Formats: sequence, C-alpha cells, structure tokens
Amino acid sequence: MIQKELVCVNCPMGCRISVELEGDQVLSVSGNSCPRGKEYALKECIRPERILTSTVKVNGGVHRVLPVITSKEIPLDMIFDAMEIVKKTEISAPIHEGDVIIHDILNTGADVIASRSMKAVH
Amino acid sequence: MKNYQAIIIGGGSAGLSAAVTLKKNGIEDIVVLEKDCEPGGILEQCIHNGFGLQTFKEQLSGPAYAERYVKMAEEADVLIKLNTMVTKLTADRVVEYVNPEEGAVRISGDVIILAVGCYERARGAINILGSRPAGVYTAGQAQRYLNIEGYLVGKRVFILGSGDIGLIMARRMTLEGAKVLGVAEIMPYSNGLPRNIKQCLEDFDIPLYLSHTVTRTFGRDRLEKIELCEVDKDRKPIPGTEQYFDVDTLLLSIGLIPENHLADEAGIVMNGVTRGPVVDDSYMTSVPGIFACGNGLHVHDLVDFVSLQAARAAEGAAGYLKDKKDRGYIQHVNPGENVSYTVPACVHPADVRGNVEFFFRVRKPMDEAVLEIRSGDTVIRTLKKKKLMPSEMERAILTAKEIAALKDDVTISVKEVIS
Repeated sequence: MIQKELVCVNCPMGCRISVELEGDQVLSVSGNSCPRGKEYALKECIRPERILTSTVKVNGGVHRVLPVITSKEIPLDMIFDAMEIVKKTEISAPIHEGDVIIHDILNTGADVIASRSMKAVH
Repeated sequence: MKNYQAIIIGGGSAGLSAAVTLKKNGIEDIVVLEKDCEPGGILEQCIHNGFGLQTFKEQLSGPAYAERYVKMAEEADVLIKLNTMVTKLTADRVVEYVNPEEGAVRISGDVIILAVGCYERARGAINILGSRPAGVYTAGQAQRYLNIEGYLVGKRVFILGSGDIGLIMARRMTLEGAKVLGVAEIMPYSNGLPRNIKQCLEDFDIPLYLSHTVTRTFGRDRLEKIELCEVDKDRKPIPGTEQYFDVDTLLLSIGLIPENHLADEAGIVMNGVTRGPVVDDSYMTSVPGIFACGNGLHVHDLVDFVSLQAARAAEGAAGYLKDKKDRGYIQHVNPGENVSYTVPACVHPADVRGNVEFFFRVRKPMDEAVLEIRSGDTVIRTLKKKKLMPSEMERAILTAKEIAALKDDVTISVKEVIS
C-alpha cells in the first residue's frame, strides 16, 4: 500500500488530501472538505483531469477575445490538443454566458462554453 | 452639487456586492463610479476557474462570477457610471470624477464606500539592474493584454514572484504556446495558493526556484536575457550562484497593494501593513461616513470573501445612514505573535451589532499552531490550526457577548507548535 498526499485544485481552499492506494485501487481518501475533493482525489490517482479555460477570437464584440471554459474536466493529457482547437475557433458577437462555443471537444463529453456575455458593437 | 445617499467608488466584485446589499437594505439613492468601460473589475481578466464555491456553491470563472453580480445590480436597478474616474475624495464626503459624457463633476454622498481594488508592485519597487527594455510586465498587465485585449506579450518567459497571478499566467502563457522557463521566489516558500503551484506549475513541469531572485536584465530595446541568483537568509543574492535564461519576457508577480491614494488624500488613517484604511467592525474608516471593502481594504485571496466583506461594509453603511450615531469607545484588535494584521482592527463594546468575524494573515508558514484570542490577561479562546500559510487568509470570530464583555484591547496571535 502506498500513501499519496494531494492538493485539491477545485477551489482556492486547496485542501490537503491523503489517499491510500493499492496499485490502481484507491482504499481511502481523507482530508477533503467536500465531495468534489474526493472525486478529484480518485481521478488524480488514475488519470488527472482539469478544467480548461482560455479565450477564442470574437468578431464584432466589445473586446477582441471572449473567455471560455470547459463545462467539465477533461483529461490533463489532452489539454494541448484541446488548445489547438480553441485557438482555431472564431465566433461572432452577441454571445450569452453559457453559450456552447465548441461542442463535445475531442469527444471528451465536455463542451467549451462562453464564460461571459458579450454585446455586439455596430 | 448633487447629493446621493451612497456613492460607491469602484464597480468590481466589492463595489457591486456593496451596491446590491445597500439596495436590499432599502438604500435606493446610490451611484457606482467605475473607471472601466464595463462593470466587473479585475474578475473580467481572471478567466480561470475556482470562483464562487463559497458564494454560489459552484465553480465559476472570474467573468461568470462577475456577471452574476452585474445581473443582480441590474435587477436591483443600481446606477453605474462607466468610464468614470474618481480624481478626488475629501473627508466631508465630496467626490470629484471625470467621464466623457459629463466632463468634470463634483458630487457628495451621505456615505461613501471605497471599493477601489488594488494595484501591482512594479519593477521600480525592487530595483533590478539593467536598462528598461520592452518585455518587462507586471503579471496582471500581461493577463489583461492576453485575456481581454487578445495579445500574447512574449514567447520565452521568466516569472519573478510566486504570487497567484504569476502562477496562473505561467499556465496561461504555456497553453497559448509560450515557453515558461521558470518562476523565482525570493522567500523560501511560495506566496501562491498550493492549488496553483500544483495545477499551474507542476502540471506543466515549470520549475519553481525558491530563495531565488532576478538580479539583472539584459537587452536595450527588447529583453534578451535575465540573471537569476540564489539568495541567503537575509534575501541577499549569493555571488557565484548566477544562472542565465534567454527570455524575451519577464513577468513580475511581486505583490498587490490596496489602491490607497483617494483614502490617503481624504486623511483616512491607514494600516501600515495592509496599506489599506483601518476599519471598525462595521467597516467604517477613521472618517465618519466613509467605509472601505474589497482589495482596496486588504488584499484577499478569495473573491468570495471580497463579496462577503463588501456586503458587511454596505450593511455597516446602511446602519450608519439610519441614525449616524457615535458608537462609543473602541477596543482595538491587534495582531500578536506570528500575525501580520487583523481586519477589522477595532470594535465598539457599547454598541454591539452581532458576532464579528476577523480576517488575518500569519507571518510565516506553520505546520501546527494554536490560535489564541486574548483580551488583557484573559484568554477568550484557543483553537488548534494546521498548515497555516501567509498566502491563505485566516478567520476568527468573536461573539456579540464576548465583544460586549471586553474590558481591554484584543490580541490575535498564532503560536507555533513544534512537534
């Protein structure tokens, strides 16, 4: 059995989580202060996942770029491939917060969605 | 001169929360003065996630968190003046501002709430040798260029200071295709949140050089190279430890300071450690009717606490508007051993309005410690604490009963337990 110390990345609380592992089997998780922490610890030991945030080009908006975020975590090892798609994406204003910008990126089941609304400028 | 019941300076997370809370408390005649072209403040460029877990029980990006407050302000019919820069504040609560529509205007308020945010320490604050080439930015400046304006400021990057914005920019610029060669921190421990060390540096194999600093820049028109040195326990560079990195960009993430010029000019008593105003339990400053909250009061690590404290400041302001009474004598709440400051810094035992939550930071990292709240010779409370760090704000509560019973100043200290 091995013991792993993790820092939860879900929120700025940054809980220190202890995990007991037997091979790929997680025996126990402690130190988390919410269910997200437990879920994080389980995934972190097998295949780490992260929320991806970035920007996409906007045409006709108040700003040149729009912040976007994945609707759920995607595997960390796919982050750069996902960025290649994000970088090529261009959209037009107006946009509403939560609008799907890229559907099911890299078949991860996660959508890339708008982090904010942006009005169009004429 | 037009008078408002309340003038809120700043339309970021603190200002919007204060405005919404004032409206909830029946204060209708208010105005928010915001210098940017849209409300939301610094959150608009903080496109990463992790905001709102306390306030909304959800994990939001900065812009999404801001948008919730902007919507609440819209629904509460809050008047927000955009592109409006406040140029002066006086102790008799007169505010001068300028904007493109109205020009220079003078207004007064029955109360003023300072929600002005903070600014970044820049290169001039730390005296790095070298000329002044392009390519040296504060981390927040580079963040604004990238996340709002859409410009990546460089391709080979070094970051000085392990503050959260620096760490987040290390990841952000890496994702955008830049090579981040390292992050240096002059202290022997990181100043950023542990989660950001993990997900911004370790995830991308970006080295963190603790007890190191940048001692020299090379390049005249554009940055070409930096010199990195290890430092001794007095934070002095150690000769012979020089390393060189070919970079076109140096980001500085070396601290945030409350934007205190307006408060200073109005004669408000400032705290030498937080560099923001000294406030009581209602978040009123030393000048009656002027309140302070958010990063302009003290620098926070969670926006959720900014919103929360701003709401308390607004409740304090609403209370003051009702009777404008003097709340009687004060007892100070002082930082003791291993504590660098406390906010609020005083209470009024003769006029207790409820439990008071104190925010404070420890001076050094401690694995195990005991928090002690003491008044004179009386120990009011002790509490065991684990894993304390200067980068993580701590909280402690005094109950209404405890405050009413105070006979002496209060000291909050943290004693390290060496096991």
